[in-house]
Amino acid sequence: MTLVTGSMLASDVLASGPISTITPLHETPIPHAEVVRLLAAWTDDGRADNFREHEKRYGRLPVVGTSGGVGRHLLIDSVRRAGLRGRGGAGFPTADKLSAVAATKGQAVVVANGCEGDATSSKDHTLLQLAPHLVLDGIALAAYALSADDTILCLHSGSPALESVRAAIAERRDPVRVTVVEVPHRYTASESSALVNFLTTGQALPTTGPRAAVRGVNGRPTLVDNVETLAHLALIARYGDEWYREAGTAESSGSTLLTVGGAVTWPGVYEVELGIPISDALELAGGESESLQAVAIGGLGGTWVPMSVAAELPLTHEGCAELGISLGVASLVALPVQACGIAETARVLGYLADQSAGQCGPCMFGLPAVAADLADLAAGRRDRELLGRLCKRLGVIPGRGACSHPDAAVRFAASALRTFADDARAHAKGHPCEWAQQPSWTPLPEGVTA
Amino acid sequence: MSRYSGPSLAIDPITCTAHGLCAELLPEVVELDEWGYPILIDGPVPPALRAQARAAATACPTLALKLSRG
Repeated sequence: MTLVTGSMLASDVLASGPISTITPLHETPIPHAEVVRLLAAWTDDGRADNFREHEKRYGRLPVVGTSGGVGRHLLIDSVRRAGLRGRGGAGFPTADKLSAVAATKGQAVVVANGCEGDATSSKDHTLLQLAPHLVLDGIALAAYALSADDTILCLHSGSPALESVRAAIAERRDPVRVTVVEVPHRYTASESSALVNFLTTGQALPTTGPRAAVRGVNGRPTLVDNVETLAHLALIARYGDEWYREAGTAESSGSTLLTVGGAVTWPGVYEVELGIPISDALELAGGESESLQAVAIGGLGGTWVPMSVAAELPLTHEGCAELGISLGVASLVALPVQACGIAETARVLGYLADQSAGQCGPCMFGLPAVAADLADLAAGRRDRELLGRLCKRLGVIPGRGACSHPDAAVRFAASALRTFADDARAHAKGHPCEWAQQPSWTPLPEGVTA
Repeated sequence: MSRYSGPSLAIDPITCTAHGLCAELLPEVVELDEWGYPILIDGPVPPALRAQARAAATACPTLALKLSRG
């Protein structure tokens, strides 16, 4: 049996913003998941484990300061051999990050990022509700590996996971007690440097300057890891790197939580083995609810890929790299044939422009300009200069912000012009899609219009 | 690959508020985008322009333009 944690159909998503509720979905049989690791409690019992049940299911944590436990370096080595890569979007090797913090002088801080900034993803707060103890295990392990005396779990203010996380922390006796911090609900607030800035100064804005590993919270070496990454750490510490590699590929090992949204029968969060083709992932979500033309891979900073290419594409870092794209945060948005990809992207860019921290000119002014161009294009406003102007703007914005927000937004917009190239040309000649005014398939927070 | 070695210019995008002085003082290296924010050519500053580059960095009203050691 597999798990489906979001029961909301696209129409519900449109009505209420990003998928955030967790409701058991179906009484009918659901196709088998390839891997059940992180969400075993949900799969078996349909609810989260308490701490006692959690230790029974996964076994006790083998380390954390006891003599005879796994040494600090051995733990980091094991993570390296396991090939664990960050699950927050960048896919950076977790062992390298741990080593970088360990190599910096000073008392380390561990920050677990559960903010889930990307509107297409709901895997982090799903994980925090269904397996909070795995995340807390991972935080404890990271603290042990780095001799950290300060551990912070960041959630968006009002996150649906706050309650389960607080209850789980109260059940435990970790050597370093986890502090829960609520971060303002803005896309760029959960970017690594913005989190560090917020925890140091109270300002949730990205910064330029040294990496968190070198100079993080209060100037101390800081590990900022996604909560799912830390949950995988808890599995590697228990069962070892060889076990971990039994799922996944050489370069993308293990399982991953994946949010599937858009025109599929059962949008929701699924745990899948890295390496399955995208078509299998869509099948897990009940398959297409209507004929599909494209899939957005990697969230709002990701890429539109035509269905003909996406279907066989393996869900891995290396598979995406071969296409010149990035896996990003593990999320898929399926766009039906009867939808306008340009209008869809215009709405997303409008949202991303609105979410800019407003610090860097190319982002502050560039993203609204790109969003307006896309909206004009979608509306079929005949303008000979529109496509040229838009392409020029997409060319000058990247690489000029303090964080990667503008680059990611531009990447998404540029991929729309490639994937929906025929539509774009037709729109520029004054022929809009008949579906341009339809509600968005991409789950965006309420009140966002192009 | 650049033909030169040595210092290069960098902009702190947060500090920069688009005064545009850099593009006036150093048009060979800096151009402005449509919103008035500087775009730099890649790589080290050509040796003949180093003194000008240093002057531009000093003149930047927000000190967003910096000449790094190469």
